[in-house]
Amino acid sequence: MTVETHDREVTIAQSASPAFWPAVEWTARRAEPIAISLAAILAGLGLFSLFILLVGKSPAMLFQLMYTGGFGSWFSIQNSLSRSSPLLLTALCVALPARLGLVIIGGEGAVVLGGVAAAAIAMPLAGPAPVWITLILMAIAAMSAGGLWIGLAGFLRHYRGVNETISSLLLAYIAIALMNQLVEGPLRDPASLNKPSTTPLPAEYMLGKIPGMDVHWGLVVGIAACAVSWVLIDATRYGFAARIAGGNVRAAQIQGLPVGRLITGFTAIAGSFAGLAGMIEVTAVQGSANASLAAGYGYTGILVAFLARHNPLAIIPVAILLGGIDASGGLIQRRMGLPDATVLVLQGTLFIVILFCETFYGRFKIFNPDLWKRSQ
Amino acid sequence: MTNLLSLNRRKFLSLTAAGAAATALPGFLPKTASAQTAITVGFIYVGPKDDYGYNQAHAEGAAVIKSPPGVTVVEEENVPETVDVQKTMESMINLDGATLVFPTSFGYFDPHMLAMAAKYPDIQFRHCGGLWQEGKNPPNTGSYFGYIFQGQYLNGVAAGHATKSKKIGFVAAKPIPQVLQNINAFLLGARSVDPTITCQVIFTGEWSLAVKEAEATNALIDQGADVVTCHVDSPKVIVETAAGRNAFVCGYHANQSPLAPEKYLTGAEWAWGNIYTDFVKKAQAGEKLGNFVRGGLKEGFVKMSPLGPGVPEAGRKAFEATHAEMLKGGFSVFKGPLKDNKGNEVVASGKSYAEQDIELESMSYLIEGVVGSTA
Repeated sequence: MTVETHDREVTIAQSASPAFWPAVEWTARRAEPIAISLAAILAGLGLFSLFILLVGKSPAMLFQLMYTGGFGSWFSIQNSLSRSSPLLLTALCVALPARLGLVIIGGEGAVVLGGVAAAAIAMPLAGPAPVWITLILMAIAAMSAGGLWIGLAGFLRHYRGVNETISSLLLAYIAIALMNQLVEGPLRDPASLNKPSTTPLPAEYMLGKIPGMDVHWGLVVGIAACAVSWVLIDATRYGFAARIAGGNVRAAQIQGLPVGRLITGFTAIAGSFAGLAGMIEVTAVQGSANASLAAGYGYTGILVAFLARHNPLAIIPVAILLGGIDASGGLIQRRMGLPDATVLVLQGTLFIVILFCETFYGRFKIFNPDLWKRSQ
Repeated sequence: MTNLLSLNRRKFLSLTAAGAAATALPGFLPKTASAQTAITVGFIYVGPKDDYGYNQAHAEGAAVIKSPPGVTVVEEENVPETVDVQKTMESMINLDGATLVFPTSFGYFDPHMLAMAAKYPDIQFRHCGGLWQEGKNPPNTGSYFGYIFQGQYLNGVAAGHATKSKKIGFVAAKPIPQVLQNINAFLLGARSVDPTITCQVIFTGEWSLAVKEAEATNALIDQGADVVTCHVDSPKVIVETAAGRNAFVCGYHANQSPLAPEKYLTGAEWAWGNIYTDFVKKAQAGEKLGNFVRGGLKEGFVKMSPLGPGVPEAGRKAFEATHAEMLKGGFSVFKGPLKDNKGNEVVASGKSYAEQDIELESMSYLIEGVVGSTA
């Protein structure tokens, strides 16, 4: 990301072998986030081992189980992938605004409203309308609802000076209340007595599994969304403008960048991804919208985005890693008799250590080709 | 640490072996297998196992079946009603060798348990809630549930004797039939003592929302209620808040008397241990498990917490008389004439419902004397 700003120096330094050194420098720069993240994860696992020793259990067995439960077999891998797919989209809801310097934590609200909007628009369509038209309209409805919700937080931030972290969180509570009201009231299927839900989608309107896998299509949608977001951020002028505004709002404004529209637009896109996650929950898993939509995906997405340092491509492995930790959590409970909170302790430890390791960026000479030259 | 490690590893290996054996066996087992057949049973809870409520009641039931030889219990708590629960069931089947699975939360049934039942037709699934329908749902699935409103009626009898203000309160999660049955039964129990008693209800909108539950309890007591009960997943906060405000409290789901020994009158508890024992015995003997199992106090699906010191002598007698009557079966909690709290007649004069009557399961009203609204 910072490559552009150093271009001039790099070209001056090219003397002996023009093709070789830039490649080494490129590798060194790219290696920094990977090395620091890996070191942070290892340190986090080390701290977590101490915790497990304190409660009198064996960390070796725990890590063995985590591997077995998360990645040890084809079943476990599919288990992890299934759990990671909504996280890909909810993490984007945090990562995209973060590039503009905004901390949005209310993705849960967009997920829930996206699910309700998709289910609501499907109610009259399922049956008369063809499957693909229905699915497209559901996706549009879900993305609009989610985009509106998070876009509102961005809009309020820029035009009214309302803190977007607080407003997005509070909007999430409103969204959940709104969902309960709609699902228990006007959208309720009268047949859903003890668990108020919308009318279930007919089976042929459900998103199926990826061929050869026991994972629904949401995973592909999520990975595609991450790829699109990466292009948007790293390869378009909108992304460039957003990164400038994220670096220094004043500077961006002085340069004439439309900061207000960028903030509103990026938060709306971010929200629309979370809304899409809600639609996928409805069409791939639940079959109808109900209170199960508020399953915490929006909140786990915050963790994923921060661990991925808000890089859309890094979100993919991080989401799968967290999906794996989640998948192995059950096995740890069952085989070791540890409470469910064990996995939360691990997630929390990793989160803190990785945030702490942010301070190491730029401190290691090996990752910084500019410093090599200075010492020559 | 080395000792601990090797012990754990050995235990892990033996567990894995047992799991593998259990996975391999079912297909080859003759129908007349002995009662000692090893079986692995999976339990899935939507919240923590020690919530003093819904999940604890199930975990206590699961603990009962851990003792007989040949039964391995695997448990997982805090499993949301999403693809997570499907994968948890599959993981128990594939990695632990579970052949009988109890997903205990209401929302696990459709689509999650049904999807897994279709994928694993040789595994038995039994769900808590009473949703199973003959012909519509596969034969390897089923439901079990209890008439716990009988317990709320008895709570009401105890509350009716303990209240001085003639106002009692109910903290409810959602206005769905199961909850409405409990609210109405609680007031009917109290009105069997004194027909002037009224019951204020507050819906929190969520199954587990501690802050709102505490606020609701305080609000009920502020409005004069001196006995409070509830239908939420974990009554802990309500019991402690009510006792802290010096009000009496009736429990729900599990026994909460340790939280407020002086103020706890009694409580409507589940007795899942009986049901789980029965299912597991049948599974071990190779018999067919019931698909639609239900019962109340009489059948041992529901039980009452021991009466606390706050119930006066007259109340103790009335409680025990009604309790004995219910144990015989056929006691009508809901009988006409009964009006809802908007003045419409809901049960005609002369009409009465036994606990198993199916009409009760679509209850949509609050009876006269309940202060509150379903919408």
